[in-house]
Amino acid sequence: MAALNNLTEHLEAFVDVTRSPTHHAESLRAIATSLEKSVLSINQLVVEMDMYLTTTDDVVRARGRILLLAEMLDYLKPKPLDNAVVNSLVGFFTAKLAEWRSVRGALTGCLALIKRKGVAGLVTAVDAEAVAKSMAQSVQVQSLALYDRKLCFELLECLLEQYPEAMINLGDLMVYATCEAIDGEKDPPCLMVAFHVVELLARLFPSPSGPVASEASDLFEFISCYFPLHYTHTKGDETSIPREDLSRGLSVDSLKCLKDCAVNYGVSRMKKHYEGIWSAIKDALYASTGTDLSFGLESLTSPGFEMGEIHREAVNLLQRLVKQDISFLGLVADDIRVKMIFDTISRYSRYEEMLDTSKLEVLVVSQILSVSARASVESCNTIFETFFVRLMNTLGIVEKTSSGDLVHNENSTVSTRLYHGGLHLCIELLTASKDLIPSSEEDSSTPESAQQSWCSIVNRFSVSLIEAFTSAVQSSNDDCSADAYLGVKGLLAMGMFRGGSSPVSRSEFEKILTTLTSIITANSAKTVKWELALKALVCMGSFIDQYHESEKAMSYMGIVVENLVSLVRSSHCSLPHPMILEATSEVCSTRPTYVEKMVQGFEEAFCSSFSDFCVNGNFKSIENCSQLLECVTNKLLPRLTEIDGLEKSLVHFAISMWNQIESSVVFSYDFNGREFVEAAMKTMRQIVGVASVDSQNSIIQKAYNVISSSTLPAMESIPLTFAALEGLQRDLSTRDELILSLFASAVIGASPMASFADVKSLIKLFMVSSLKGYISAAQALGSMVNKLGTGLEEACDTIFHESSASGNNTSSVDSSKSIGGSETLLAKICLGFYGSLDLQTRAITGLAWIGKGLLMRGDKRVNEIAHVLVECLKSTNSSGNALHPSALKHAADAFLTLMSDSEVCLNRKFHAVIRPLYKQRFFSITVPILESLIVNSQTPLSRTMLHVALAHVISNVPVTVILDNTKKLLPVILEGLSVLSVDSEHKETLFSLLLVLSGTLTDIKGQQSVSDNAHRIIECLVKLTSYPHLMVVRETAIQCLATLLELPHRRIYPFRREVLQAVTKALDDPKRRVREEAIKCRQAWTSISSRSTPF
Amino acid sequence: MNWRITPASSSSIKLLSLPLIELRQSRYFYFSLENLLVVCVRGKRMVSGLINENPTVYERKERRVRTDSTNTDEFSVEPIDQLEIFDILFFDFAIVNIHHIRDIRDPEHPYSLEQLKVLTEDSVEVDDHKSYVRVTFTPTVEHCSMATIIGLSVRVKLMRSLPPRYKIDIRVAPGSHATEAALNKQLNDKERVAAALENPNLVEMVDECLSPSFE
Repeated sequence: MAALNNLTEHLEAFVDVTRSPTHHAESLRAIATSLEKSVLSINQLVVEMDMYLTTTDDVVRARGRILLLAEMLDYLKPKPLDNAVVNSLVGFFTAKLAEWRSVRGALTGCLALIKRKGVAGLVTAVDAEAVAKSMAQSVQVQSLALYDRKLCFELLECLLEQYPEAMINLGDLMVYATCEAIDGEKDPPCLMVAFHVVELLARLFPSPSGPVASEASDLFEFISCYFPLHYTHTKGDETSIPREDLSRGLSVDSLKCLKDCAVNYGVSRMKKHYEGIWSAIKDALYASTGTDLSFGLESLTSPGFEMGEIHREAVNLLQRLVKQDISFLGLVADDIRVKMIFDTISRYSRYEEMLDTSKLEVLVVSQILSVSARASVESCNTIFETFFVRLMNTLGIVEKTSSGDLVHNENSTVSTRLYHGGLHLCIELLTASKDLIPSSEEDSSTPESAQQSWCSIVNRFSVSLIEAFTSAVQSSNDDCSADAYLGVKGLLAMGMFRGGSSPVSRSEFEKILTTLTSIITANSAKTVKWELALKALVCMGSFIDQYHESEKAMSYMGIVVENLVSLVRSSHCSLPHPMILEATSEVCSTRPTYVEKMVQGFEEAFCSSFSDFCVNGNFKSIENCSQLLECVTNKLLPRLTEIDGLEKSLVHFAISMWNQIESSVVFSYDFNGREFVEAAMKTMRQIVGVASVDSQNSIIQKAYNVISSSTLPAMESIPLTFAALEGLQRDLSTRDELILSLFASAVIGASPMASFADVKSLIKLFMVSSLKGYISAAQALGSMVNKLGTGLEEACDTIFHESSASGNNTSSVDSSKSIGGSETLLAKICLGFYGSLDLQTRAITGLAWIGKGLLMRGDKRVNEIAHVLVECLKSTNSSGNALHPSALKHAADAFLTLMSDSEVCLNRKFHAVIRPLYKQRFFSITVPILESLIVNSQTPLSRTMLHVALAHVISNVPVTVILDNTKKLLPVILEGLSVLSVDSEHKETLFSLLLVLSGTLTDIKGQQSVSDNAHRIIECLVKLTSYPHLMVVRETAIQCLATLLELPHRRIYPFRREVLQAVTKALDDPKRRVREEAIKCRQAWTSISSRSTPF
Repeated sequence: MNWRITPASSSSIKLLSLPLIELRQSRYFYFSLENLLVVCVRGKRMVSGLINENPTVYERKERRVRTDSTNTDEFSVEPIDQLEIFDILFFDFAIVNIHHIRDIRDPEHPYSLEQLKVLTEDSVEVDDHKSYVRVTFTPTVEHCSMATIIGLSVRVKLMRSLPPRYKIDIRVAPGSHATEAALNKQLNDKERVAAALENPNLVEMVDECLSPSFE
């Protein structure tokens, strides 16, 4: 019962008014926790509080008895309580409302109980009624303190919100109590709650003869004295609302409110206010519309200008009113500003030439008309009859006669006048009307006649409209995007009518597609027009897919897709290849069937270009090939999840790549650069990476067949002996090189489940080629040892054992004991026992990738590899020969390979087996070894390289590991920084190490050791502020110096002069960012120095 | 000598005017500047504190944005220029919100030195090769007693932020101040500046001017 003993103590503390509020809060929390954990029950608490509950001391009783209990309940809101307990507590608090001394506790208690939500322990309606009654009768709200008043209002609010039925029973009493409570209230926060209470009351008693109605005059009197609200603008107060926000909020609210009125009051009662509302809507729209109409790509599918909240509400209201009562449209139609629009339109032909007022006029009126048209079919009919025909006349667009011919004016070619304003209005109307076409399901239910009117109007003009838009696009030149924009947007609007009853016939639709496609194919540079047309086509494509318009899909396929795909296939066309590819990939990804078609086209294009290169030596073709592959990797692969069936097509594509390479036996010309190989490798890797295991197997199988038919298998027969390896040069033919690289890429991308036919010979092939200097082969080796399941032992045998078994015959007897140790041939090559320097460095790089593969899967053999690499970092090998500096450098870089995340292979995307914490494990193995070697290093070069290796390990391990070992690591890091700062070659490594240091400075865990090493850290950082080779190093060093000010004053004060000197020098740094940091840092350090030296 | 003005008794607070007013009424600020005594009471329109009751407020000029931020050449030199000096004066350590300056204006409208056109970007002349910078500021009224403190703050700020090789010249715009010549002399006299900065009260005031503002 230790809890109970503590309880007495805590109770004592809480009741004692002389103690501080923090004390009170603490004891309160302690009791609440024990209640929450059910160590203590409420009943027990009440029993324990017996003394405080019955004492004659008022203060103690009020605090102890009631406030404590109430606060407790506030804490326990989420805890389920017994219904009986809740019931008795409510009764208790209700009774205590009458006693003014304990009113705060009682109010808090009631509020806490009433706010309870959930299943167990709710206040019943009867209890709530009792609370309200007691409150109404015995609490004099206005005589209470501010906080208590607020509680009262909140309690009322809660009661009205949660127990409306109970409150209705109380009727008059409730209303009366509220009136009394509000009368004379002055505090704004309280008033805000009070106003809400009145609102709730009014909602509760809506009847015109109810209690609220009878008290209405009183209520009005109490509340109206607060209006008009005095809005005093105060600065610097976070809670205050700026005037603009307030007025915006009020406008939005009133528009919303008007909309609600329209919904609830019905047409007849709203009618007499129409004029007022109409002018208000107009004002709101004019005030909230800007004059900047964007002719950019992104606004092709949006209104083209910004819409604020007021604007949106005004539009909603207008639409609501028109939808409800068509006669409202009369006001719109008769409005002088709306009527004037045709004059405005015909005054200017270009949008830029318009005055701001005219722009506004055009934008707002087109908004008004399109919103009204969108409201209902009838309104749309009216608008089209009244305005559209007139607009067409203004624009000089003629209708076709019943026979289908156009009614020609005297000179039909120039009769259309492309007024921008008019086109905009026209597009807005067309866009609005297209939403009114019912979707195909409800098509049958709506009477045809209802929508015929506007449909037939559009139909009558459609041919000329399309012509007008087309001529707008075609007449546009590069420096003016408005023509192109309006033209394309118009065509898009015409092309987006849904269903069979569309006013645009199929031939017209096809004409739109042809126009847009011709824009794409005719342009030889990436103009705005080109991009707009492409976007419009993509929009139409996705629209067709969305509404399952099979007929239109066929047209789209025939006109757009096939046209573009045939362009990809043909090698001679005016359009640059990357643009064709972009257009094709964008357009075709709108529908799976198009994708299939496109990948087919890509395949054919790849094959023909590739063979064209092989046979004719056309370098343009191979360039096209690389662009095509890049398009596949950059445009298609990222959208794999969005497009159905893409995976299958891509796998097919990969296999045809292999087929093509297989059939092109002779390469008459050499490659021009590595671009194509790189692109092909990337594509292959990624396709294999995303393919299913079965598809992976089929690709690998295919690739393996190609390999077997090439001259590569000859390499497998090269014995892994020193003598044989020494003779190796990079002497593969272009074709073999391509095949090898592609195969390596396929292996890198494969998942652990994929099966490899002949692991041993593959490993051998990759071994030999990696020693020939093909990095991708080394990466493939790493991937294989990382992912192989049962074949791992065999693979490792091949890599390590066999190499030594068949290797140097002098020391191969006991080599089976060491797995990857220094006795194997690979290790010996790495250590420079045999062979040229080239062979040595390649072997080291190869070993690093193999090590990475093993490390990531958590294989023990990596320790041996690490050992070999560390040996390479010593300046001499075990037989006393000095190692070449380049070998040392490669060995140091091997640690970067091991620890860093690679983009190219061995990552999640390529299904690598990754054991958690592998970096930490490697860190704990290697750091102690490297540290001891640094201490004993014989030459400066070796010491530097050891530091580089260590820096790679430290800067790639998660920062928490560093923070746990700050004490041990900090001296090494500092030494590393000073060693690495000597040579510009290590600047990147230096920077990453400096970032590690800066990480330790700010963390609480490292603070102690940072404080201990302050002098060395400052010395090091001061030196780095003038590091000439990398700006970010200087910048970070100065930032670190500023951070150090968080250390205890006595630790850093002695270095003030030194730091200020260095930072002052940095004020004259050639780079601006460094200077900016220096200013901040200097300011900060100056402030700790004495007042007597202000600068 | 400092003397204190007690605030006028608080009149009844208008409803919904937020409680900040009450808070502000209890704050006083007094500064002494050499022999000149300025007393301001924060938040109250005290005649003694208001030197210019109705300042003209200008539209804040669109800040010129640096375009060469993508400069990736490690060894190219970026000389100190006009904009950089202006940024030093306005960006991080905002004189923008010097409380004093604002308080002697209408406290309801906290305009910055920039908005009042006391300092503009064009008023900064700099020559990195010759290590020379000149800042010309324009007090809002001819007899502005705060001109000295503004000038001193600008000078201290630049002394702290520019390399020591720079010669700093602070001037009042010609014809903008009653005691223009005296002021210029005072602001550019090494001895007098050094002497002024040995006055702890003055240093405190300058530091407050230059302390970063968190609004």
